[in-house]
Amino acid sequence: MMINSTDVVAVLPFISVALGSVGLLIADLLIPAERRHVTAWLAAALLLTAAVIALSLLGSPTFEAFGGMVISDPTAFFLDTLICTIGLVTILLTLRYNQVRGILRGEFYILLALSISGMTLVTHANNLLILLLGIELLSIPLYVLCGIARPRLESEESALKYFLTGAFASGFLVYGIALTYGASGTLSLQTAPAAPNVSGDPLLLIGIGLILVGLGFKVAAVPFHLWAPDTYEGAPTTVTAFMATATKVAGFAALLRVLHGGLPGMESTWQPLVAIIAAATMIVGNLAALAQQNLKRMLAYSSIAHAGYALVGVAAHDTTSVVFYLTGYAFTTLAAFAVITAIGSSEGEEMQFLEAYSGLGRQKPLLGAVLAIAMFSLIGIPPTVGFIGKYFVFQAAVAKGLVWLAVLGVLTSAMAAYYYLRVVMVAFIREGSAAAPLPTPSAPRNLAAAISVAAVFVLGVVPALLLSMIGNGMLSTTP
Amino acid sequence: MPTPNVINGIPLWWYLLVASGLFAIGLYGVLARKNAIAMLMGVELMLNSVNLNLLAFWRYLNPTSAAGMAFAAFVFVVAAAEAAVGLALIISVYRTLHSIDPEKLDQLKL
Amino acid sequence: MQLASSKLRWFLAMADFVPVFILVLLSTGLALLVLLISVLFGPRRRAQNATKLMPYESGMRPIGVAQRRLPVRFYLIAVLFILFDIEVVFFYPWAAAFRALGWYGFANMLIFAALLLVGYVWLWRKGALEWESVDKS
Repeated sequence: MMINSTDVVAVLPFISVALGSVGLLIADLLIPAERRHVTAWLAAALLLTAAVIALSLLGSPTFEAFGGMVISDPTAFFLDTLICTIGLVTILLTLRYNQVRGILRGEFYILLALSISGMTLVTHANNLLILLLGIELLSIPLYVLCGIARPRLESEESALKYFLTGAFASGFLVYGIALTYGASGTLSLQTAPAAPNVSGDPLLLIGIGLILVGLGFKVAAVPFHLWAPDTYEGAPTTVTAFMATATKVAGFAALLRVLHGGLPGMESTWQPLVAIIAAATMIVGNLAALAQQNLKRMLAYSSIAHAGYALVGVAAHDTTSVVFYLTGYAFTTLAAFAVITAIGSSEGEEMQFLEAYSGLGRQKPLLGAVLAIAMFSLIGIPPTVGFIGKYFVFQAAVAKGLVWLAVLGVLTSAMAAYYYLRVVMVAFIREGSAAAPLPTPSAPRNLAAAISVAAVFVLGVVPALLLSMIGNGMLSTTP
Repeated sequence: MPTPNVINGIPLWWYLLVASGLFAIGLYGVLARKNAIAMLMGVELMLNSVNLNLLAFWRYLNPTSAAGMAFAAFVFVVAAAEAAVGLALIISVYRTLHSIDPEKLDQLKL
Repeated sequence: MQLASSKLRWFLAMADFVPVFILVLLSTGLALLVLLISVLFGPRRRAQNATKLMPYESGMRPIGVAQRRLPVRFYLIAVLFILFDIEVVFFYPWAAAFRALGWYGFANMLIFAALLLVGYVWLWRKGALEWESVDKS
C-alpha cells in the first residue's frame, strides 16, 4: 500500500509539472505585476525540465504502479515529452502576443502548466478514475484560458461555449464510466472486460459507447465537433494553438489508453464505430474548411479533419502510427499558428481573415515560407512530416483490411489541398494590400517557428528517429 | 460475480431507472434551456445522477472494494470545480453582455 | 416456500417504511386541519391598511424589492466557499480508515491540506477575500 520509488518514477513527469505549477502559484505572488514575463520563463523552465525527465524515461520497460492505477510504457513517456514540448513552444509564442494584448498574466502560465499536468496524467491512465481526473484537470484550466482576454466578448463567448460543451461531454464520459463499472464491477481498464460473461453485456457496450462520445467531444470528432470552430476562433491565438495541438494529443492519448491500452479482446466491438466516426470526421472537417475565409476558423476545421486521419490509425489499432501522426500534426499546426500570432497590429487587433495575408510572402519572405511549409505539411506533400504521417495511418488501415477508409483518406486529402493551397496563393501570388501593419519581431516567437519547421522537416526525412522513441505502442499487461 | 439483485426489498434496477431518469432530465435541461445557469444546473444533475448509479452499483455488485464510492467522491469534486469555473465565466459574460443567453453570443458565427 | 419467503422479506422491508407513511399522513392531516380552522374561525374582515398588506418578514420592516441585484462579490465568496467546502469530501474516507492508515495516511492528508493551503494563500494575497477593495492583480 505504501508508495515506493517505482510508483513515483511511473508518473514523474506528472508529479514534476503538478508540483511545479503549485510552485509557480507561490512564485507568482512574489513577482511584481510589471515583471510577469518572469513567470512565463519560470513556466518554460518547468516544462523543459519535465520534457527532459520524460525523455530520459523513454527507455524504461512497461510497468504498472500505484496498485495498477497508472501504467508506464515508452509511448506514455513519449506523449509526455511531446505535450511538454508543445507547452514550451506555446510559451515562446505567448511572450510577445500576450504582452501586446495585455494578457501577459501570471495566471495564464499557471493555468497552462496545470492543464499540462492533467495531460501528463491522461497519458498514464490505467484506471477510469485516473482517466476522468486527468481529463478534468486538463479541461478546467483550459476553459479559463479561453476566456482570459476578457472583457473581449469573443474570448468570453469562446470560453462559455467551450465550457458548456466540455461539461456536457464530461457528463457523458462519467455516465459511460459508471455503466462500465456496473457491467464489470471494476474501474481498471485492464480487467474490465476480462470478467466472465461481461464482454457481450449490453451495459458494457453502452458504457464504452458513452465514453467514446465523451472523448469524441474532447478531440472534436464529428458529430461532436460543433464547439471547435467558435472556441478556436474566439480564444486568444496562443490558447488556440495550444488547444489545437496539446489538447488534441491528450484527447487521443485518452482514446488510445481506453481502446488500445485497455479493454483487451474488444477490438471487434469498437472498430466499426471508430471507423465510421473517422470517415465522418474526415469528410465533414474538410468540406467545412473549404468555405472558410477566416484563417483561424479554417485551422479549426482543419484540426477536425486531422482528428479524422488520426482516428483512422485508432480504428486500425496501430498506436505507433497514431502517435507519429499526432506529433507531425502538432508541430505543423504550431508553425501555422506562429505566423498568425505574428500578424496583427500592435493595438492587439488580429488579422484573421485571409485577405490580410495577401503579399505576405513578398513583404516578409521568412514568415511566408513558414506559412507555406505548414500548409504543405498539412496537405501531406513530401518531404514534410505530414506526408509520412498520412502514409503510416493509411498503411495501417490497409493492413487491417480497412481499405475503404484509406481510400477515403486519400480522397479527402486531395480535396484539402484546395483550401491549404489557397492560403499559399494569397500569401505569395496576390499583390500585397499592406493592410496588416506587422508588429516588431519577437525572438522567442521566431525560435518557436524555427523549432516547429525544423521538426516538420527532420521528422519528414528521418521518421525512424521518432518511431524508435515511440516504441511498440501500448501493450495490454494482460494477454 | 455473485450479485444480489435485491437488497432490503429494493432491486438494483429501481436505482438505475431513477438515475437514468435524472440524467435524462439534466440532458433536457442542457439542450432546451436558454439560460447558461440553467444549462449548468442540467450538467450538475447529469453528474449527480451518475453518482446515484455509481453508488448503487458499488453497493449491489462490489461492496468489498471502495472503488465505486471513491469514484463518486471524485465526481463530487469535479462537479464542484466545474460549477465554480462555470459560474465565474457566466458572471464575466454577464458583465460584458448583460445577458446569459448563449444564443445572444453570436460574435463568432459565419 | 421460496416464493413465500421472498414475499415475506418484501413485507418486512416495507415494514421499515411504516413510520414514514404515518409521518406523511399526520403532517398532511395537520396542515389541512390548521387551514380548516382558520377558514372556520378566522375573522373575515378584509383589511385594507398598508401594514396588513405588507409581506411578513418576522417583524422586520421589508426594504427594497426582492429581485434586487446582489453584489458580484457575493458570488465570488460563494464560489470559493463551494470549492473549499467540497474538498472536505476527501477527508471522510481518511476518517473512516484513520486507524488502518496510521501515520502514512496522516502524512498524505497533510500534503493534501498543504496544497489546499497554497490555493487559499494565493486567493488571499490576490485580494479575492477582501469585501470592499478592488482587484490587486
